[in-house]
Amino acid sequence: MSTTGDSTTRAEWPLYEVFVRGKRGLNHVHVGSLHAADDRMALTHARDLYTRRNEGVSIWVVRSEHITASTRDEKDPFFSPSADKVYRHPTFYDIPEDVPHI
Amino acid sequence: MTTPNATVPAEGAQKPLQEHFDATIARDQRIEPRDWMPEGYRRTLVRQIAQHAHSEIIGMQPEGEWITRAPSLRRKAILFAKVQDEAGHGLYLYSAAETLGVDRADLTQRLIEGRQKYSSIFNYPTLSFADVGVIGWFVDGAAICNQVPLCRSSYGPYARAMVRICKEESFHQRQGYELLMTMMRGTEAQREMVQDAVDRWWWPSLMMFGPPDGDSPNSAASMAWKIKRHSNDELRRRFVDMTVPQADKLGVTLPDPELRWNPERGRHDFGTPDWSELQRVISGDGPCNSERMERRRSAHEEGAWVREAATAHAAKQAARAEEGAVA
Repeated sequence: MSTTGDSTTRAEWPLYEVFVRGKRGLNHVHVGSLHAADDRMALTHARDLYTRRNEGVSIWVVRSEHITASTRDEKDPFFSPSADKVYRHPTFYDIPEDVPHI
Repeated sequence: MTTPNATVPAEGAQKPLQEHFDATIARDQRIEPRDWMPEGYRRTLVRQIAQHAHSEIIGMQPEGEWITRAPSLRRKAILFAKVQDEAGHGLYLYSAAETLGVDRADLTQRLIEGRQKYSSIFNYPTLSFADVGVIGWFVDGAAICNQVPLCRSSYGPYARAMVRICKEESFHQRQGYELLMTMMRGTEAQREMVQDAVDRWWWPSLMMFGPPDGDSPNSAASMAWKIKRHSNDELRRRFVDMTVPQADKLGVTLPDPELRWNPERGRHDFGTPDWSELQRVISGDGPCNSERMERRRSAHEEGAWVREAATAHAAKQAARAEEGAVA
């Protein structure tokens, strides 16, 4: 039997991120991660791990290394262009109160 | 996302990051995996989440022993589902731990080498089927007291894992209590089994909340960082207050002569657990420590060929797909 720390215990399965659609009409939502040898195993493991009580009607799995993410902090300048265009919001425009349905 | 922030900022650059982190905690917002965090915060979380994950995995053993001996198909199916949930809880938590930049296989390795701990409670034996009921009632009840506040823990992935877990713990506690109610309606011998299990599990369950506050070195930092929301002693008192009326309804006696209602404090007074016993069990000298570790180690080693075969199969399939694409 293999002992600790050798190559057999290190035969690593890659990490997958799991996304579940809770019910029809909702987006898939990230629920966690798991390790699996291949895509098919990742799907069945995701079913067993994250939907034991009807939590989902559809599952996506994707290798974690295939996800490209924005920089690490929400307070990053990466998002600043979306903050300085107030005219994109309906509240930017003054409309008299007696104008209906607007 | 599970990619940790590997870059360590220079000394001078760290101050605004620390301030941003502190402000996020102060506003009761969550810290997320790719945020900068102090090394102590990361280390504390890794230790706590890993220990929690290991506890769920080792926790499959005491009850798992009764799956083949459950008295009915109904009880067997319930116990199966419960033990499967414990595995699931362990995996949710390993998933949360990995967002902090540690490797799951490495955590397993640290467990089976005895370098990381798990809850002391799982080092006690399950001597009768009543123990299955009492574990659900006490141990899962104590876990609920501990874990409900952790749903608001400052680290996002940990808090979210706890939300999933808490939803499932309620089933665990209720199936245990219902099992005990059924036995209490049975024969005198069955009622004695329940009382015996209560007597054996009560004090170890109180110890699950950890050492008393004055003796809990990591608590202050964990509470300042809002990883933990309540002290060990506060959670222990809540558990006692919650459990006493349940024991009355069930018709069992909790084995503590000092246990009584204190109308002035509006809570129960109760005796002091034997802290030297907790110390012994934590440091490896409980009734089942070596058995639990041996079982975990052999399961890991005996499963090695399955992991290797799956890896080889995946590699072969990938190579064939590539050949097909080339041809």
